[in-house]
Amino acid sequence: MFEQIKHNMENIAGIAIFPVLSLVIFFAFFVGLAIWVFGYKKDKIEEMSQIPLND
Amino acid sequence: MEMQQFYYDNKIVKKFIYATIVFGVVGMLVGLILAAMFLFPNITDGISWLSFGRLRPLHTNAVIFAFVGNAMFAGTYYSLQRLLKARMFSDFLSNLNFWGWQLIIVAAAVSLPLGYSTSKEYAELEWPIDIAIALIWVAFGVNMIGTILKRRERHLYVAIWFYIATFVTVAVLHIFNSLELPISMTKSYSVYAGVQDALVQWWYGHNAVAFFLTTPFLGLMYYFVPKVANRPVYSYRLSIVHFWSLIFLYIWAGPHHLLYTALPTWAQNLGVVFSVMLIAPSWGGMINGLLTLRGVWDKVREEPVLKFFVVAITGYGMATFEGPMLSLKNVNAIAHFTDWIIAHVHVGALAWNGFMSFGIIYWLIPRMTKTTLYSTKLANFHFWIGTLGIILYALPMYVAGFTQASMWKQFNPDGTLTYGNFLETVTQIMPMYWMRAIGGTLYLVGMLVLVYNIIQTVRAGKTVEDELAEAPELKTISAGRLKGEKYHAWLERKPIQLTVFALIAILIGGVIQIVPTIMVKSNVPTITSVKPYSPLELEGRDLYIREGCVGCHSQMVRPFRSEVERYGPQGKAGEYVYDHPFLWGSKRTGPDLLRVGGKYNDNWHFNHFWNPQSTSAGSIMPGYKWLFDNEAMDVSMTEKKMKAMQTLGVPYSDEEIANGQKDLRAQAMKIEESLKADPDFVKSYDESKKKAAARGDQFVPMNEREIVALIAYIQRLGTDIKVKDNSNN
Repeated sequence: MFEQIKHNMENIAGIAIFPVLSLVIFFAFFVGLAIWVFGYKKDKIEEMSQIPLND
Repeated sequence: MEMQQFYYDNKIVKKFIYATIVFGVVGMLVGLILAAMFLFPNITDGISWLSFGRLRPLHTNAVIFAFVGNAMFAGTYYSLQRLLKARMFSDFLSNLNFWGWQLIIVAAAVSLPLGYSTSKEYAELEWPIDIAIALIWVAFGVNMIGTILKRRERHLYVAIWFYIATFVTVAVLHIFNSLELPISMTKSYSVYAGVQDALVQWWYGHNAVAFFLTTPFLGLMYYFVPKVANRPVYSYRLSIVHFWSLIFLYIWAGPHHLLYTALPTWAQNLGVVFSVMLIAPSWGGMINGLLTLRGVWDKVREEPVLKFFVVAITGYGMATFEGPMLSLKNVNAIAHFTDWIIAHVHVGALAWNGFMSFGIIYWLIPRMTKTTLYSTKLANFHFWIGTLGIILYALPMYVAGFTQASMWKQFNPDGTLTYGNFLETVTQIMPMYWMRAIGGTLYLVGMLVLVYNIIQTVRAGKTVEDELAEAPELKTISAGRLKGEKYHAWLERKPIQLTVFALIAILIGGVIQIVPTIMVKSNVPTITSVKPYSPLELEGRDLYIREGCVGCHSQMVRPFRSEVERYGPQGKAGEYVYDHPFLWGSKRTGPDLLRVGGKYNDNWHFNHFWNPQSTSAGSIMPGYKWLFDNEAMDVSMTEKKMKAMQTLGVPYSDEEIANGQKDLRAQAMKIEESLKADPDFVKSYDESKKKAAARGDQFVPMNEREIVALIAYIQRLGTDIKVKDNSNN
C-alpha cells in the first residue's frame, strides 16, 4: 500500500513528512484520549453516568 | 440554591413521533412496492412517476430522512431537554424545524417521482430543496446549541456529544456534496466530475450512514437504554472513547464504496484501513449498550421496549461487524454490486434504526399521554413479526448476493463465462426476491400493528401537555479553567469548544482524502480519445439520470477477468472526466453499461426500452413507454446545459454550443434513419402516424422524441476507448 501511495503522490513536494505526521496525529489522538478518560475520578464518572436517570 | 420552574416541550416531541409513524408506513410501503417490482416488473406499466428508477430514491429518502430523521428529532428533542434540564431554546425554531422538515419531505415525495433528481445516492434532491435542508438543519443546530447554552446541568452527557457531532458533520457533508451548478429550478449539474464526484459522493454517502443513521441513534441509545432499564450505562469511560474514536475514524471510510474502481488506489486503501479499524469503536459502543442491561435481563422478558432495544443493538453489532468485512477487498470483490449490500443496509435500517425507533415510540407515547400502552401483547407481536421480517428479508438477500456473484465469476474450462447471459444470474435468484418481499411484508405488518396500538393508547390517554419540571439555576463560573479543574472537565462544560473539536476530528479525515484527489492532477490521468458528449447524448444522459437508471445499472467495469470478459475493458479514471455527475452506480440488478455502446443496434434498444421482455425473455426491467410518447423532447435548455458544462471545465467550444440544436437534430435524424432499417418499426411507425391523423393530433416525428436521445447516449457509452469489436451483435 505504501508503494502505491508514494507512486501516486511522488510529485508532491515534501511528501515524506505525511506518514510521520499521520503517525503523530494518531498517536497523539489516542494517547490524549486515554489520558482524558483515565484522568476522571470514579465519583465524577458515576455522577455523569447518572444524568439520564435524574430527570 | 433557588429552584427554577420550567416546562419541557412535549408537544414538539409528539409531532415528530407522529411524523415518524406516518412516514415510516409510507417509506416501508414504497419499499414493498419496489420489492414487488422485482417479481412483477410491469405492475405500474406506462406510469412514469411510479417506475422503479424513480421510486427507488423515494424509498431510500423516505426511510432515511423522513422515518429515521423524524425519529431522531423526536428522541433528540425529548432527551436533550431532560439531559440539560431546560426547555428547548426557541419554540419558534422547534416548530420551524418540524414544519420545515415535513415540507422538505413533501417536496421530495413530489419531485423524485417526477424525475427531478441529481442521481447522487441519498442526495438526489435538487438544489432548491438542498438549500431548504441546509436552512432547516441550521435551525435545528441553533436550537440545540441555544438549549445547551441555557442549560441547568453543568456536564454535557455523552448523548449530547453525539447530537452535536451529528449536527456539525451532516452540515459539512451536505454542503460539500451538494455543490452544483443550477441550470433551472429543477435541474443542476454536480461541480465535480467522474472520479472526484465519486469520492465526494461516497465520502458523503458513507457518512450519511455514519452521522445520520448512526451517531444520533447512539446518542439515543445512551439516553433511552439506561432510562428504560433504570440503571446507568455500563461504562461511561467507554462511551467517551466510543464517541471520539468513532467520529475520528468514520469520516475516512467512504472510499470502501469504490474498491476496484477507477479511484486512485491509495484512496481505496486508506478507506479500507479505516473501515477495518472502525470495528473497535463500533463494537465498544454495542457492548456498552448491551452490558447496560447486566443484571436486568429479567426485565427484557417482560418489557417489549427493551426487547426492541436488544435486537436493535444486536443489529448494530452485526452491521458494524459486516461493514469492515465488506471493506476488505477480497470480500468486496464478491459482495459489491450484489444483493448482499441490500441485506447489509437493511440489517442496519430495519434492526438498528427501525427497532430503536419502535422502542422509543412505545416508551414515550404512554409517558406523554399519562397512560399505559394499550396492548403489551400487540407490542410483543410487533417485536416477533418484525424480527422474523428482518431475518426473512436479510437471509435471502445474502444468498442472492452470494449466488449471483459466484455466477458472474464462473468460467468454463475453455475460458468462456459459464453464465455469459446476465439474465441467467437474475432468474436464478428470483425465489430469493420472493422471500425478501415476504420478509418486507411481515415487517410492514408489524409497523401497522404499532400504528393501531399507538392510536388506541393515545385515545385512552390524556392530551399531551408540556411537562412541569424544576431544577436549580446553573451558577455562572469562570469561562477559563478553574483551579484544579482538569482540561477535559473544562472542555465538557464548554459546548462551543467541544463542537469545534468535534469538527476538527471529522475534518482531518475528509481533508486528507478529498483535497489531494481534487487538487493533484496525476490522480486522474487524461485520455486524449475521450471527448465530451454530443448535445443529443447530453440530453440523453439527463434522461438516464431522470429515470434513475443508475439504481440498477453500474457504469464501472472492475479489473476482474470475469468482468472484462463480460463487459469489456475496465473503467479508467480518464473516461469519466466529463461526467457531471458520475454514474458509476452501486448495484447491478441489470448488467453494467459502461461498454454497452455499439453492442446492440438502435432497433434493439428501441424495442428493449418499449418492452424489455420482447428482446430479453425473463428480464425484470420495466418498459419505458413514456419516452415514446407523441411529444417533442424539451430541448430548450440544451445550449444552457452545454454552457454550464463549459463553465465546469468541459471543453465545448463556443461554436459547438451555438450549433447545439443543429447538431442535436442531425444526430437524431440519423438515429431515426437507422431505426427505419427494421421493417417492423416502419410498419408500426406508419400506423401510429395514421392513428394520430385520425385523432386529429399533431404527429411528432421519432427524431424529436425522448427515446432517440436516450438511445444516442446508450450507444455512446464506453465507445471512446472501446476496442473495435462488434461481432456479438
